[in-house]
Amino acid sequence: MTPLDFVISLALISVAAGVLGSLIGLGGGVVIVPVLTLLYHVDIRLAIGASIVSVIATSSGAAAAYVRERMTNLRAGMFLEIATTTGAVSGAYLTTLLPTRFLFVFFGLVLGYSSFATFRRRHADAPLTVSNDRIANYFNLHGSYFDQAEQREIPYKVVGTTPGLALMYVAGLVSALLGIGSGALKVPAMDSAMHLPMKVSSATSNFMIGVTAAASAGVYFARGQIDPIIAAPVAAGVLLGATFGARVLGRVTSKTVRLVFVVVLVVISLEMLQKGIFS
Amino acid sequence: MTDPTEPTGTPQPPISIQSEQAPEGMGGSGRRRQLSPEEVAVMEEKVRKVELAISLVLRIGVVLSVAVIAAGLGLMFAHHAAYLPIRGNFSYQELTAKSTPFPHSFAALGHAIAHGEGRGIVVLGVLILILTPILRVAVGVLSFIYEKDPPMALVTLYVLVVLVASFFLAGG
Repeated sequence: MTPLDFVISLALISVAAGVLGSLIGLGGGVVIVPVLTLLYHVDIRLAIGASIVSVIATSSGAAAAYVRERMTNLRAGMFLEIATTTGAVSGAYLTTLLPTRFLFVFFGLVLGYSSFATFRRRHADAPLTVSNDRIANYFNLHGSYFDQAEQREIPYKVVGTTPGLALMYVAGLVSALLGIGSGALKVPAMDSAMHLPMKVSSATSNFMIGVTAAASAGVYFARGQIDPIIAAPVAAGVLLGATFGARVLGRVTSKTVRLVFVVVLVVISLEMLQKGIFS
Repeated sequence: MTDPTEPTGTPQPPISIQSEQAPEGMGGSGRRRQLSPEEVAVMEEKVRKVELAISLVLRIGVVLSVAVIAAGLGLMFAHHAAYLPIRGNFSYQELTAKSTPFPHSFAALGHAIAHGEGRGIVVLGVLILILTPILRVAVGVLSFIYEKDPPMALVTLYVLVVLVASFFLAGG
């Protein structure tokens, strides 16, 4: 395979990654890392560098639309970034200390649990109307969005900011360690712990993952993990895909978003466990 | 690009900031003070302005980085004839191997860009992409200060400080 084939095929895969990532708030990384390591046999550390780029691309590409359409809970997102950025900075320094196999197994388990937690809430996603959460009330993190699928405005209240912050710290840590999976923890944190509607969780996760990734991107750049021939098709393809994907989220139902999210998590969790245990 | 000051979407009804159904002694904990419907409307207007400012920053960053990355990629292939053939002997793996040199310090990057190297231009585009979320946090800080929301301004300022610090830690 010549460099031209590589760039074109990777760009096309990246478009798909951008569509999927922007829809379920995961960032393109969930597709990019396995594709680069399993299909193109790229070193895991360069794959992680490319994934960080794809996460930022998904985030910025989709969030531009989600924020305009008020799908993102801007205040909650910015508030929770306190924890994700702190986690990301701590994690970026641990990544060279941990062996690749351990990362795969650990990541597989993390994702397995995330998918279970999200699936469990499939019948219970009515938004809350009351919140006694001190932090959420003080910062006024509650919100409201217009659901295109249901054709109505849906107001919601936010609870569980303390467990939310703790999970977001772990999400930042995992994101920095693996260059992937920050959204996989962010969506369940907002959905299960903080009771944000699923679509808002996805859009807000999308908004936040860019900042989480940016917090560790400087470290990856300095360490030489961002290879231009990989980063260029990934960034361009993912940005294109995320821009399209952002148009889809409004139209599909929350339940569809949840089920797609769960399926993607289960698949990738198994893939990573297999890679960590049998390779 | 559409006009960022133009309101989009349907007008939203005011959110009931403090719910009446909250049980006595439990509800409204942590609330700074009760907001009147007019104040709620003003607050939503403010949030809307912050949203539009942030959306605009993200849009500009995305368009700019894609343009620079595409130009860099074009230059890479223009300078290296060996990269081009569909069926050639030159494998992409030489460019993705651990030992492949590419700019990963600001000095090397400046040098590569000065020499018109495609790789350097691509890395510059990627850096613009990486800086976009950081810039949007900075715009968030300014917007919340301008909209007189000190708690959120402090929250976003902390995030900005951590992000900027992460870059200096990375360089050091």
